[in-house]
Amino acid sequence: MAVSVDEVVPTGPVRDHTRPARRLGGRGRSVLEVALLTVLAVVMLFPALWMIETSIKENRDVYAIPAKFFDFKVTMDHFKDVFVASGGGRSALSVSFLNSVVVAGVSTVLATVLGVPAAWAYSRFGVKAKKDQLFFILSTRFMPPVVVVIPIFLMYRQVGLIDSKLGLILIYAAFNVPFTIWMMKGFVDEVPAEYEDAAMLDGYTRLQAFWRFTLPLLLPGIAATAVFALIFSWNEFVFAIFLTSSDDVRTAPPAIAGLIGGTTVDWGLVAAASVVFALPVLVFAYLVRKHLIAGVTLGAVRR
Amino acid sequence: MGTVAVHGLRKSFGKVQALDGVTLDVPDGSFFVVLGPSGAGKTTTLRAIAGLEKLDAGSVHLDGRDATGDTPAARDLAMVFQSYALYPRHTAYENIASPLRARRCSPSEIAAAVEQMSSLLHIERLLQRRPAQLSGGEMQRVALARALVRRPRAFLMDEPLTNLDLKLRVEMRTELTRIHRSLGATFVYVTNDQVEALSMADQVAVLKEGKVQQVGTPTEVYERPANQWVAGFVGSPPISLLACHAEGDRLVGAEGWTLPRPHWTTAEDGRPLLLGLRAEDLSVEQRGDASLSGELYGLEPLGDRTVVDVRVGTEILKVKARTTVSGTPGERLLVTVDLDRAHVFDARTGLALSEAGR
Repeated sequence: MAVSVDEVVPTGPVRDHTRPARRLGGRGRSVLEVALLTVLAVVMLFPALWMIETSIKENRDVYAIPAKFFDFKVTMDHFKDVFVASGGGRSALSVSFLNSVVVAGVSTVLATVLGVPAAWAYSRFGVKAKKDQLFFILSTRFMPPVVVVIPIFLMYRQVGLIDSKLGLILIYAAFNVPFTIWMMKGFVDEVPAEYEDAAMLDGYTRLQAFWRFTLPLLLPGIAATAVFALIFSWNEFVFAIFLTSSDDVRTAPPAIAGLIGGTTVDWGLVAAASVVFALPVLVFAYLVRKHLIAGVTLGAVRR
Repeated sequence: MGTVAVHGLRKSFGKVQALDGVTLDVPDGSFFVVLGPSGAGKTTTLRAIAGLEKLDAGSVHLDGRDATGDTPAARDLAMVFQSYALYPRHTAYENIASPLRARRCSPSEIAAAVEQMSSLLHIERLLQRRPAQLSGGEMQRVALARALVRRPRAFLMDEPLTNLDLKLRVEMRTELTRIHRSLGATFVYVTNDQVEALSMADQVAVLKEGKVQQVGTPTEVYERPANQWVAGFVGSPPISLLACHAEGDRLVGAEGWTLPRPHWTTAEDGRPLLLGLRAEDLSVEQRGDASLSGELYGLEPLGDRTVVDVRVGTEILKVKARTTVSGTPGERLLVTVDLDRAHVFDARTGLALSEAGR
């Protein structure tokens, strides 16, 4: 027979009766929450855990059946292979990591330098057909990038940007500028325009007012936006694999994917390369975690 | 020199006409108050003078020179914002120094000027704090210091006292008047508080829906309102307005009362009029020739005096009385009217009738 705790609690003043009930309900819910979140965390984190384990296992342990979760010999050989070629010198993978750093870094800087002033302008000035322009800018993000891969490929072949880092930098910047404008416009809107008004009456020009008084207040927002752009460029795979072919130019995502598909796959190397690839994103996301949430929930709360 | 003149200012925000032909002449060295309810276009007028608002039409002249196209910096004005707009990452000192830094003054000049201003406004001990560490009144003083640290053509103030509590507001009113007198500079001061306007101004411009209703000294605006709306907006308790018309030498009210017609009203018989009576020009304690009969509606004791609400027909008259006045609601009362101080408006146009002739 099921008797809830509520029913056996002797009836007394209303307050005494409802309070424990509410507390019990709260505890019950939190137990369920923790259980569900644990399941979710295990499902989400298992691949990452498996990747890390594989990267430090010897190859024969990787294929062991039943799988060895704990009792395996730890080795750092795969990480060495990521950076050092088998005959000595730099490995192709290390070159691709360097390419990723250059491409993601430069394209992010470019998108920020173009996007932040644009966001400021859209926030502060009565631009003609502002809403239409902003919608047009946003609409470039509606489209899955894959849709334009072929046209871009043909255009790039014509102008000689195929298989060049500059080509990748430009296309990533083009994808990140709209995002930067939208995200930064939210941050600029939060900074009262009166600071700039006051600065102009102090005797500064409009640009000086922006540079000296508004820009410093935008720095946290710029950092968050730049990290988003950086993560996008860093992770991008489709354009990278279509528009580049040589090892000198190729970025890490297609390079890691390229490790799979031979007669034998060195899973240890794939996992180690993946760990190295994932680390910067984790570090950046950790550094700006506060702003990431602010960015995600931006505009959700009216202040 | 510091004259400010605006002519025919027009500005619309979408469908809202914020300024609809505003023309003002601010004489050198005057304390000029722009008074109006919220949404009247006061702040827009001030921002237009400052060069922060792009105008649809009209011109701004500073010291007689056309400055309509000038940048805010080139206009050589200082402004106190309603929100104070203190730079949040700068200390009070740096905030006050900002106008001097922008104009490339030497560090010793800046230090001297900031020191002088902070002692004038009693904020010496706040100089190293940031705006977030200041109270509303302290922020207001710092904002004021930032404006006063230079000697610009004119000072623009956008409801600088609105965000202060009442006691501080009264204090700052006196202080601002004192500062104005000691500087002898031109102040253009925007407010929706008629008490501020009447107590501080040399000249008041009353603004409504982007149009100037009346410009004059506080006394002129109070004693001889140009129209029914100004009469109703300026003065507390608000003026009582009674519908009536002239019949020979009498004014006949819509509620049936009659009063001797003031000799200076020029309206022909039968034309709908509004009789405006201020609370202090009415009495329930004295007897006179002209009086209205009504019943006691309510008493509003205000400490130094009591406002008696008297119902005449369907309309309520506000009468100023001594605090000793008493009575029960519904009681019949006779209200004595000082007709020499009454106002008569055309009920259709709202304009005052021959106020100048008295």
